[in-house]
Amino acid sequence: MSVSGVALILFLTFHACMNVVALFSAEGYNMICEMLGANWYAVAATLALAALVAVHFIYAIILTLQNRKARGASRYAVSDKPAKVEWAAQNMFVLGVIVILGMLLHLYNFWYNMMFAEMANGGYAYVNDLSAHDGYGMIAYTFSNPVYSVLYLVWLVALWFHLTHGFWSAFQTLGWSGKIWFNRVKTIGYVYATVLILMFAVVVLKFALCGGACCTGICG
Amino acid sequence: MATIDSKIPAGPIAEKWTNYKAHQKLVNPKNKRKLDVIVVGTGLAGASAAASLGEMGFKVKNFCIQDSPRRAHSIAAQGGINAAKNYQNDGDSVYRLFYDTVKGGDYRAREANVYRLAEVSASIIDQCVAQGVPFAREYGGMLANRSFGGAQVSRTFYAKGQTGQQLLLGAYSALMCQVNAGTVELYTRYEMLDVVIIDGRARGIIARNLVTGNIERFAAHAVVIGTGGYGNAYFLSTNAMGCNCSAAMACYRKGAYFANPSYVQIHPTCIPVHGDKQSKLTLMSESLRNDGRIWVPKKLEDAKKLQAGEIQGKDIPEEDRDYYLERRYPAFGNLVPRDVASRAAKERCDKGFGVNNTGLAVFLDFSQAIKDFGRKEIEARYGNLFDMYEEITDESPYETPMMIYPAVHYTMGGIWVDYELQTSVKGLFAIGECNFSDHGANRLGASALMQGLADGYFVLPYTIQNYLSDQITVPRISTDEKVNPEFKVAEDAVKARIQKLFAIKGKRSVDSIHKELGRIMWDYVGMGRTAEGLKEGLAKLKKLREEFYTNLFVPGTAEGVNVELEKAIRLEDFILMGELVANDALTRNESCGGHFREEYQTEEGEAKRDDENYFYVGCWEYQGSDDVAPVLSKEPLVYEAIKVQTRNYKN
Amino acid sequence: MAKNISFTIKYWKQNGPKDAGHFEQREMHNIPDDTSFLEMLDILNEELINEGKEPFTFDHDCREGICGMCSLYINGTPHGKTATGATTCQLYMRKFNDGDVITVEPWRSAAFPVIKDCMVDRSAFDKIQAAGGYVTVRTGQPQDANAILIPKQDADEAMDCATCIGCGACVAACKNGSAMLYVSSKVSQFALLPQGRPEAAKRAKAMVAKMDELGFGNCTNTRACEAVCPKNETIANIARLNREFLKAKLAD
Repeated sequence: MSVSGVALILFLTFHACMNVVALFSAEGYNMICEMLGANWYAVAATLALAALVAVHFIYAIILTLQNRKARGASRYAVSDKPAKVEWAAQNMFVLGVIVILGMLLHLYNFWYNMMFAEMANGGYAYVNDLSAHDGYGMIAYTFSNPVYSVLYLVWLVALWFHLTHGFWSAFQTLGWSGKIWFNRVKTIGYVYATVLILMFAVVVLKFALCGGACCTGICG
Repeated sequence: MATIDSKIPAGPIAEKWTNYKAHQKLVNPKNKRKLDVIVVGTGLAGASAAASLGEMGFKVKNFCIQDSPRRAHSIAAQGGINAAKNYQNDGDSVYRLFYDTVKGGDYRAREANVYRLAEVSASIIDQCVAQGVPFAREYGGMLANRSFGGAQVSRTFYAKGQTGQQLLLGAYSALMCQVNAGTVELYTRYEMLDVVIIDGRARGIIARNLVTGNIERFAAHAVVIGTGGYGNAYFLSTNAMGCNCSAAMACYRKGAYFANPSYVQIHPTCIPVHGDKQSKLTLMSESLRNDGRIWVPKKLEDAKKLQAGEIQGKDIPEEDRDYYLERRYPAFGNLVPRDVASRAAKERCDKGFGVNNTGLAVFLDFSQAIKDFGRKEIEARYGNLFDMYEEITDESPYETPMMIYPAVHYTMGGIWVDYELQTSVKGLFAIGECNFSDHGANRLGASALMQGLADGYFVLPYTIQNYLSDQITVPRISTDEKVNPEFKVAEDAVKARIQKLFAIKGKRSVDSIHKELGRIMWDYVGMGRTAEGLKEGLAKLKKLREEFYTNLFVPGTAEGVNVELEKAIRLEDFILMGELVANDALTRNESCGGHFREEYQTEEGEAKRDDENYFYVGCWEYQGSDDVAPVLSKEPLVYEAIKVQTRNYKN
Repeated sequence: MAKNISFTIKYWKQNGPKDAGHFEQREMHNIPDDTSFLEMLDILNEELINEGKEPFTFDHDCREGICGMCSLYINGTPHGKTATGATTCQLYMRKFNDGDVITVEPWRSAAFPVIKDCMVDRSAFDKIQAAGGYVTVRTGQPQDANAILIPKQDADEAMDCATCIGCGACVAACKNGSAMLYVSSKVSQFALLPQGRPEAAKRAKAMVAKMDELGFGNCTNTRACEAVCPKNETIANIARLNREFLKAKLAD
């Protein structure tokens, strides 16, 4: 969980950086999209990424099942959660499922219309008539629908919770923690997760509130 | 009256043990595997013995009543363990530890045993450190020491206030290592209820499986009991709730002598009794006396106000405080031995100077130490003890002086053993607190851990071979009644005993009768005894036994878990034990160590020994029935190395 | 000065591991608040016995917070709630109020089957210990104790880890029924001391393998264990165990 989790965090970091470009320049963003496109290295990376997600998720299912078994058949009648225990820590699986669902939506909205379309459909999106290379247009189109915007924000909140626990938890599992480092790693994790999610969220909000139009306003 | 042979080896005291080891008989490795040993108890003595015997190659069966060997009550020892290492360069030596222990025991211990104990003490520390016991260290990485009652050197090794825990976990880990290796078989939640004797030799035990309720037979070439003391005969004591003397009583009923039962240690620093619902007394480590100062008010009117709750300890000015230990015993001050400190507290409280609402408490004050060393340092030294005190009493010892009062803590008396730790029954050995051998009439602080581990690691594993060496031709003992009908007889007796308890069908719970026993013991056989009181006590014990057999109620059945049944069996034994204590106290017309007869004291109120008439080990022999008074035999004490004199802690 | 309180107690009755179990309820009157929780249960049992009923079975022994025998889940927290971390036996009735409903349950975990009522079988802990929780050393004549110098800081930290009393509260509190805090405390004690280093890799692997085999769950770092540990063991131990374990595995 920890290794695949850290890898996924790194991917998210890359993805967030890429997204932020869309705030400043449509051309820049599309250039990145084109660069990735359906080139062999992008496809390979995507497959690797898919494998990572699969490992992370399947392993989570196995562990959760094992843990439920270990917990035993009888449940406490009264349970009092200690203050130290974070809500996220106890609900990682549920959060993970929300993240996966969000990811499916996201794949449908973007990947299906971009990389997949490029590979299978000669570069034309399935859902609208934008070019598969026009990632920027795709963003603007998707978040012009407020339902999507809200869903994406919910998804990001779940991801934030998942990351706040996941970050330090990964370090803990890999043994990189201790009485002093625990607090440091945890703080870094909170800051990191917050910045990362804000980077994603700000793109959603920007396009949801003013669409692609005001970009020119900002970046000339 | 039997003649008693303690089998002390010849030669000068310092060479006895070396000589013994050099000449004792051994068992070769191949034969060891053919020999079974039962060890009952998993405390310091039991666990270390089982582990050592297993490692040597014997087939060991190890029993405990708790769910894990690690729960044995050795775990609760707080302060430390003595060893003559002289790491502090303060003049310690084997001889000095030996001397302090004999003197602390008020010259009623067996010299040769104590010398051996002092001799192996250093090896214990080496052994425990090698096992990974995290003793306290100094900044340079060397082991740290502190001082304890009855000594003028710092020879006590410690692991915070949890030394017993760490030593037991060390022994437990050694034991589990052997369990893993297959040399020791562990039987948890089993209680030994009888010892099986075949042709005069101990050949097995009958034990009750505390989960299923089954009565089971176990056979071996030798039986070792390390089942602790009998302090719970007083109901309220610092012992754990499960501590009992049933295994020892089973051996006693089968012919093992019980030695010096009247030597009961009352520990001076316990949290005072607060009400009649109380189930146990909590010890505050003796190590507290290193920095704490014990006092009561000088003026009776101040004491009255304290008792009425009108003022608090800290309201009494320095000049009105009576640091009575420092006053009476300037040389040792607050670090006098336990029996002395306990009696001094009782004396003050009897005179009306007690400081709590019951008038049965004295102050243990840290304000001076906090002033001298700072709160932080005191916290580092005693933090966990202070927290525990606050948890129990709701008062912080950092703010107000602690209140303490003596309570039953340890029993120096126990199953009689010879130099080889063998009881008067062949093949039956007793180790640790459950034997009588090393502490005389009073045990010094931090010596119980030392004795338990000495017996288990370094003495019994040698001496038992001297017995087992001629057993190599004896095939594995069968528990089959066709081969050894003694097993069935013993098993049937145990079953009958249990049925008898169920059949009483009276009205009273075990605890209510046990509490009554405790009150009789404390009032008549407690800290200050008189011939008259003891006789009255014995009469009351007799009545209590009648009450037990007519009015006890044991709910449930013999099958499955039945805690009340377990307690009932133990209580039956405690009553017998109580009588033993009273009988011994009554015949010992002197005061020594933990046994204080009010008729025998000096003008200053100190214990007055009678070496001319009572310089012996009192060995009691069972007479076939609980109702018949036991018979006393005497093992005369022979001192070669130490001149017997009056104990002096004044200068 | 002690005051008396009255409250309702709901306690778990279960006749063996196969039985479904149920709660029984009783009103307790005028219990002095300076009695300990277990003494209160003694009173309950005394009442039950006087009525000719079977008493409530629970584990307890030293009653001074060190043997680790007591194991009650009180109002949703193992050992009940105390400020400094304490075992059930060190919980006093002054922590409760008049009119409270106090629910007492056993440790609930697959690896700790119920024997009777709130008495559970924790022998799995012994088995883990047997798998490697020791330094293999013969009884006899090891080197002088001071020949092994151990920095005070290491000795103190090892001591903190060794303080674990093996009560099982960590497992009881863990939603995964994981024994990592228990195992890591033992592994940590030896990992921090030079005496323990020679077997460190073997120990970490063996104890973890045994723990998994016995059906304890996996650690998902929820920290419930350290929150309820009466001896304040921390998850820093778990990180250390992970470190030791990974090191051992990578060295294979």
